[in-house]
Amino acid sequence: MGMMDERSPADVQLATRLATDLDGSFEDLVLAHQDRLFTIALRTGGDRHDAEELVQDAFVRAYRALGAWPPARIRELRLRGWLTTILLNAGRNRARVKRVPTAELVFDPGAEPAADPLARRDERETWARLLAGLSPAQRTAVVLRHVDGMSYAEIAAAVGRPEGTVKAHVHRGLAALRTALLASEGPPEGLRAEEIPA
Amino acid sequence: MTDLIDPTTEAALAGLREPAPPGLAHRTLVAVGLADDFAVIDSPVGPLRVAWNGRGVSEVAGATDDATFQARFHARTGRVARRVDALPADLARKIERRLAGDRHNRIDLDLRGSTAFEQAVWMKALEIPRGEVRPYGWIAAEIGRPKAVRAVGTALGHNPVPLIVPCHRVVRSDGMIGQYSLGGPENKRTILTEEGADPDELESLARAGVRFFGSDTTHIYCMPTCRDARRVTERHLVHFPSSRAAAAAGYRPCLHCRPAGASAVA
Repeated sequence: MGMMDERSPADVQLATRLATDLDGSFEDLVLAHQDRLFTIALRTGGDRHDAEELVQDAFVRAYRALGAWPPARIRELRLRGWLTTILLNAGRNRARVKRVPTAELVFDPGAEPAADPLARRDERETWARLLAGLSPAQRTAVVLRHVDGMSYAEIAAAVGRPEGTVKAHVHRGLAALRTALLASEGPPEGLRAEEIPA
Repeated sequence: MTDLIDPTTEAALAGLREPAPPGLAHRTLVAVGLADDFAVIDSPVGPLRVAWNGRGVSEVAGATDDATFQARFHARTGRVARRVDALPADLARKIERRLAGDRHNRIDLDLRGSTAFEQAVWMKALEIPRGEVRPYGWIAAEIGRPKAVRAVGTALGHNPVPLIVPCHRVVRSDGMIGQYSLGGPENKRTILTEEGADPDELESLARAGVRFFGSDTTHIYCMPTCRDARRVTERHLVHFPSSRAAAAAGYRPCLHCRPAGASAVA
């Protein structure tokens, strides 16, 4: 399973083009991956401004790396995982410099999609807050697996940890989310002690 | 591989995807030098459009409008330039200081697409101090291509960053002020006057056949605008029509303006 090439046809084609014409195809790399990188940065990191800077920083690092590598190496790149690794590393470096305690990160609920009812916005805000309460390792694992949709093999390669460890982080993260969700909703109706018939 | 995740949680987490803000892609491309921003600044010759990217300043252009500027920029570089409100503060400060004559603050330039010869010509023009001028032949001699005088003129005409690279300080080999890519010869005279040179005086000297000034006390000869030449008092000032004439009179070339190559090829 680890040997399987999980690259999408679009990424395979993009890697080939990057190998032969970096300047002519780099914009397509940005357009293809900016939404998912922004989502990962926003949901693992903090506010929109920081996320935007982080994504730009990650793409600049990617561009420099691509400019220095031989075409054969670029053609074989798993772009999705590789860009994710660069983004996470850039985020770690930045957090180290800024020394922001993760517990104090303010989570941005995100722009409201035009046709969204208010309730949906509230729901996104709730889930963004719940994610913020997870440990950094659990939060990253849950975001990569269930917000971005990477496979466990891809995540393990991207964060440099064994697949089993990543799975454990996701499972514990999901359990913690459920507990926190229940706590934030309060005790369910009909289960309050005084209303339980004797 | 499936997870133990209920459909509600799965949908809620997938719903946290967020599109990148508009402009992020463009800013990223600007950072790596695959697109540019431009803004308008004031100058002695009117408003200028200045384009830049993460590699440096990529173009300075005079009287035009945004659409024409963008079209020309795209035709020359293949890149998209987007109008923004202002230059980044540090770049604005550096350009202001450069236009005021400070040659020692470094401004990064993006000169991709130009030849090594063009770049050598432009870098040499950067060495000419404010208020001074040098002929095309001087640049040709200084970069080791004494016969490439016409090519020097062409390279200066293609200077994508006039004023920052002061091609206005390079004049015809016969001493006349000559052409200027940033809006024509009148602008060249305006800028030179602004910088403390006197174009009319330079041209009347040229018409009188004077190419060099010498000092009969030091026996050194200079370009007429060299700061050393301007220190020589009227009483000790000697005129020369050529470096050969100066050498024949026993004068040696100034080490600052290095006039020897200036009249190598007319």
